[in-house]
Amino acid sequence: MVNKKYEQLNDLIDQYLNSFEIVKTNDGTSITLELKKDDLIEICSLLKNTDALNFSMLIDVCGVDYLHYGVGDWETTKATASGYSRAVQQNTIIPDPDEKYQEKRFAVIYHLLSIDKNWRIRLKTFTGSENPPIVQSVTGIWNSADWFEREAFDLFGIYFDGHPDLRRILTDYGFIGHPFRKDFPLAGNLEVFHDDLEQKVKYRPVSITTRPTVPKVIRKKKNS
Amino acid sequence: MADSGNLTLNFGPQHPAAHGVLRLIMEMDGEVIHRIDPHVGLLHRGTEKLAETKPYNHSIGYMDRLDYISMMCSEHAYVLAIEKLLDVQPPIRAQYIRVMFDEITRILNHLLWLGCHGLDIGAMALFLYCFREREDLMDCYEAVSGSRMHATYYRPGGVYRDLPEEMPKYKANQFISKSKVKKLNYNREGTLLDFIADFTERFPSKVDEYEALLTDNRIWKQRTVNIGVVEPERAIELGFTGPMLRGSGVEWDLRRKEPYEVYDLLDFKIPIGLNGDCYDRYLVRVEEMRQSNLIIQQCVAWLNKNPGPVIIEDNRLTPPKRALMKHDMESLIYHFKLFSEGYSVPEGEIYFPVESPKGEFGVYIVSDGANKPYRLKVRAPSFAHLAAINEMVKGHMLADVVSVLGTLDLVFGELDR
Repeated sequence: MVNKKYEQLNDLIDQYLNSFEIVKTNDGTSITLELKKDDLIEICSLLKNTDALNFSMLIDVCGVDYLHYGVGDWETTKATASGYSRAVQQNTIIPDPDEKYQEKRFAVIYHLLSIDKNWRIRLKTFTGSENPPIVQSVTGIWNSADWFEREAFDLFGIYFDGHPDLRRILTDYGFIGHPFRKDFPLAGNLEVFHDDLEQKVKYRPVSITTRPTVPKVIRKKKNS
Repeated sequence: MADSGNLTLNFGPQHPAAHGVLRLIMEMDGEVIHRIDPHVGLLHRGTEKLAETKPYNHSIGYMDRLDYISMMCSEHAYVLAIEKLLDVQPPIRAQYIRVMFDEITRILNHLLWLGCHGLDIGAMALFLYCFREREDLMDCYEAVSGSRMHATYYRPGGVYRDLPEEMPKYKANQFISKSKVKKLNYNREGTLLDFIADFTERFPSKVDEYEALLTDNRIWKQRTVNIGVVEPERAIELGFTGPMLRGSGVEWDLRRKEPYEVYDLLDFKIPIGLNGDCYDRYLVRVEEMRQSNLIIQQCVAWLNKNPGPVIIEDNRLTPPKRALMKHDMESLIYHFKLFSEGYSVPEGEIYFPVESPKGEFGVYIVSDGANKPYRLKVRAPSFAHLAAINEMVKGHMLADVVSVLGTLDLVFGELDR
């Protein structure tokens, strides 16, 4: 039953969105459209306002940083004394403000839902090499995008052009950096402590080190 | 009197009605709210980033700590997403157990919500009654997982253990006499399922008691009717899900619309509201408790009749039997691999939503084929709900902010993540 529904959606997507340059992935139970960020607003309003598609609800917006995608901690094929050290440590990275990003580093993912038709779709758009990364805001199309875009801005530093109130939302007042980027250390850069002499709360560089307990290992599925 | 202009007032983050650590900056004209700016994130722990650095199974426990009122439902979404990526199907008994505990969790959540919502508005007694029933359900959690709240009971491939044959009992000590203990243990003589069955027998009459206190109560109605009204179109536009959406009259429940596990085999109704105000959402949630009770009864009946495995026997995902490891080298190797490296999940991405008591709780996982999620995004229902608070309370009085905060059913563990 589920498959049939998505077959129908698949045909409708082909019908309505054939003028756009999109990469469609359909695994039978979900459809992902990878689209160019310039087409985002046009495609989104089409998806929402076409009665046959009727994506009335924006469920979620989130960012993804593809910097370390497919990179394992342990690349050796056999056990060695030097293959993996438990004390792998990343040095503090200070991002270069003029750095150009790889074309496919930051992506924004949109999950849409149609209440009437009972189907879902995932949109994915890469921000390109721009620094800072910018995409158009969809708050004008779905009002629920407001906080989700603020969150993606806060955690990934992705700017949403046209957002009415793009402020940080989850991190502390006065926070520096975008913590969910892959080059942001897990333990953060600053820690809070109470200075007994000055009798106030202050910041200092973190004193703890992060040690991965389990290395990230990528295993290809064996052909069976 | 001189015109004093607008007043800016700070509400929280340490306020009993703020349901945790919410800070509201309110712009008011006298007692009327003009604008509310919620400041969230005071409980942000970076759960999603932490999960990226740990093997899949290590993060199941983090899911409990997201929505710490409906623990197992959050686990459920995470576990189902992994199962979908791995393409494994848990045994049918495990599915029934999960559904039963999801519904127990729903009652747990709604009881806490009802108690606190009542307390916020001034109905003190209700809080005590609700917590009395919650205690029994907490005991079910404890019996099955050893932990009253953060169970970590679900696993990709099933649940960690089968339901216990024996319900833990009270023991006599210097404070509780033997005769008192006998009275306390009257429904604990049988299995866990007997205890749950006994609970479901008693529970509807308890809900009647709560309703007797509130449903026709003049003060309760004055505080909730026509407060925080959301039109159905607006609710969809704002991304509302769960009772918030159903309270506005939209019949949308993932258990029915996108049935996962065995929900399509069970008989239950979806209550909806008419006006979309706080009172309707209260009625919807109370009715949901009754429906959950029915689902639990059906699950108990099925589980009593159908013994069987509760977790798949694929040693790449689930630990081998302890007894087998004593003499079987293969099992020992699997055990070592599973508890050191974990399992790798095929490359791909998945979004899996479940109907948690608060709304659509979804887990989005991007996997690059490693033993850890590349990116984990938790879609928290409260996040979308709180984002709409400015719209819901505009023009209401200060006291109504508390009613609306209560009706949103916020939990900051999942909102701030």
